[in-house]
Amino acid sequence: MDAKELIARRVAREIRPGTLVNLGIGLPSMVANFVPSDLGVFFQAENGVIGLGARPLEGMEVRHLTDAGGGFVTAVPGAASIDSAMSFGLIRGGHLDMTVLGGLQVDESGHLANWKVPGKMVPGMGGAMDLVTGAARVIVAMQHSAKGQSKIVQCCTLPLTALRCVDLVVTDLAVIEPTGMGLILRERAPGVSVEAIRAATEAALFVPDDVPEMILA
Amino acid sequence: MKGALKPEAAAEMIPEGASLMIGGFMAVGTPERMIDAIVTRGTGGLTVIANDTAMPGRGIGKLISAGLVRHVIASHIGLNPETQAKMISGEITCELVPQGTLIERIRAGGMGLGGVLTSTGLGTEVEEGKQIVTVEGIRYLVETPITAAFALIGAWQADYVGNLNYMLTAHNFNPIIALAGRTVIAEADSIVPVGVIPPDAVKTPGVLVDHLLIRAA
Repeated sequence: MDAKELIARRVAREIRPGTLVNLGIGLPSMVANFVPSDLGVFFQAENGVIGLGARPLEGMEVRHLTDAGGGFVTAVPGAASIDSAMSFGLIRGGHLDMTVLGGLQVDESGHLANWKVPGKMVPGMGGAMDLVTGAARVIVAMQHSAKGQSKIVQCCTLPLTALRCVDLVVTDLAVIEPTGMGLILRERAPGVSVEAIRAATEAALFVPDDVPEMILA
Repeated sequence: MKGALKPEAAAEMIPEGASLMIGGFMAVGTPERMIDAIVTRGTGGLTVIANDTAMPGRGIGKLISAGLVRHVIASHIGLNPETQAKMISGEITCELVPQGTLIERIRAGGMGLGGVLTSTGLGTEVEEGKQIVTVEGIRYLVETPITAAFALIGAWQADYVGNLNYMLTAHNFNPIIALAGRTVIAEADSIVPVGVIPPDAVKTPGVLVDHLLIRAA
């Protein structure tokens, strides 16, 4: 299993029955593949659909049915199409139960940076700032490190996405919970030791006596 | 509604340096024949207000490639490398706005409101230079309304009086910008007799639409 699939399978276990969930493009969108279809979950794509379905069969794409990355999708029974004001009303107004986003950095206070690398990558924040500000629960799904550098840092050096702190970070090495006291190491990836996680993490981690292995969906 | 125009006649109404709100999310719901006519006419110095600048060869991406755009107000330009390159070279100036804030600023402009109070962007680069107010103990950024000289709408069906509806994720910004452009030009996939769109299914009332494009050949 590759790192992204491991992360997606672990995040999938956070999704509660009957909720409305927004998955970011890229790695977070893989989470849907591991959520049972009978869980009664509706996935929102912020470009305007509640009830996002799987990719359509080749040749069966609908020109006017895409996800927030512009890729063709389907819609599940019970789906609704909405405009952008309704879509972000759901997000900002506290109607979205969970969002899963990618990250560039998460720091010891739980702040997320995920939209800009000054001078290098300025794509725009899209819906990320609204999602982190407004969703009831924010989960960051990302690789633990990039180019040998820990993405779990003492203090974000990249521009922040929001004042609001994230609720959980799931990486290919660990599950980490930001709290008012700092970052708590909750779970290890299969076969990964606490020492290996500490060595790969720039930020200080609080390590409880028992850090179980992740259970994957 | 003043009747159906050929795309080239609609493009003639748009002067150099005009501000255009354009519907669409990654070109889904963008009036492509209208864009093509502007590109053919070569009207430059435009300000484009839209969710994104699509990608080269589609939707707003065609205006960018043709060098007709001077200023962009959008939430995301990351999937159009030409927009990024022109922003870095200084050919295009760009105001990046969180997606939920952008649609509400447009809504405020179109609905006669003095602005938007939102928590999105607090504690980030987005708050720089903006007023912050506290209402019932919660801090908000004050975001100003946006209007434009033209709103260019991509609809699914239009009837003879200009009532519009939209398909699936092609709603996005379209129903909202219909209120915020001083002149509203709508291009529909098909034009249908009055009554085919039942009153309850009308998303943009025809009274808002100044011109329809003639049907596609």
